[in-house]
Amino acid sequence: MAGKPILHYFDGRGRMESIRWLLAAAGEEFEEKFMKTREDLEKLRKDGSLMFQQVPMVDIDGMKLVQTRAILNYIAAKHNLYGKDIKERALIDMYTEGMADLNEMIIYYPSFAPGDKDGRLTEIKEKARNRYFPAFEKVLKSHGQDYLVGNRLSKADVLLTELLYHTEELDSTVLANFPLLKALRTRVSNLPTVKKFLQPGSQRKPFDDENHVEAVKKIFIK
Amino acid sequence: MFQQVPMVEIDGMKLVQTRAILNYIAAKYNLYGKDIKERALIDIYSEGVADLNEIILYYPFLPPGDKDGSLTQIKEKSRNCYFPAFEKVLKSHGEDYLVGNRLSKADILLTELLYHTEELDSTVLANFPLLKALRTRVSNLPTVKKFLQPGSQRKPFEDEKFVEELKKSFG
Repeated sequence: MAGKPILHYFDGRGRMESIRWLLAAAGEEFEEKFMKTREDLEKLRKDGSLMFQQVPMVDIDGMKLVQTRAILNYIAAKHNLYGKDIKERALIDMYTEGMADLNEMIIYYPSFAPGDKDGRLTEIKEKARNRYFPAFEKVLKSHGQDYLVGNRLSKADVLLTELLYHTEELDSTVLANFPLLKALRTRVSNLPTVKKFLQPGSQRKPFDDENHVEAVKKIFIK
Repeated sequence: MFQQVPMVEIDGMKLVQTRAILNYIAAKYNLYGKDIKERALIDIYSEGVADLNEIILYYPFLPPGDKDGSLTQIKEKSRNCYFPAFEKVLKSHGEDYLVGNRLSKADILLTELLYHTEELDSTVLANFPLLKALRTRVSNLPTVKKFLQPGSQRKPFEDEKFVEELKKSFG
């Protein structure tokens, strides 16, 4: 049997954080190998471990998976967090993709030049409050169930919970008008696996601050 | 749902988000592998295709001054990163299709990508014989062959005139 999955990335949130959340929520323990220098990245590339020369890469069940969505979908399917049929999967994918669009802005926010940050933050706040959060609140309101799809925990609930925490870090009152989103977040946060992941000392990563951005630039940018 | 298109009305659902739509169609028509490991490979390959396709998708809409740089990026990434990666997959197992010796979403999306990249870089496939063979093989499937014929619902390259009209409608 293969050992624990190994996550290859830098020591920060970036595109790997959603994967950490999903593995943690699923109760699958994992190890991490952090890239600290450009040489670390080049070594992975030379090894042939990165199909498109990029990270995230997750070594799991005998496969070296790359591409965030491929990794998330595999973990979700493996742990029955992907609905019961293709129609539920379609809804889960649709919701997850919407989250990914907002998350993309949040992931890149720390790397923007100081002069551009304000504009980006305004955009994040506007899209969260006017487009994405109302859409998810509406879903929960429409069926009144505890989870987004099929009355059961899925990839969508876990990733939405992560997104709600991360957006709130940038906009502390963003959830004021979204009671059902707050309730979902609380519900998911109280699941034993997620509760553990939310405690200090877990593999959850803090906000990517400026020091962190500098360290990452050294690895990725020539 | 998110105030954006594409939207596809299918089987009683109004699906948005391109990947959600593609995944549903693939699963519905058994173009998504036989198990979760094959699905993972199909997703990896499709996501790589999507990354290159993203640059190609935006190319017609760039201001004239930015087009050259983008074209250079498309040529460089396809020739040095993406196409070698897919050629290597086909070489590694010697099968007719990318995953599980069976047609999947990955083969179709790659075929589309190969045609679209070649429109911008006519010699891009010169050193990728297995990709060329895959493209031919997929193109000869009766359904795809029909789609490749004039008069089908396949859309032409988005030229400047098209972009201008689109901006007028949505701007």
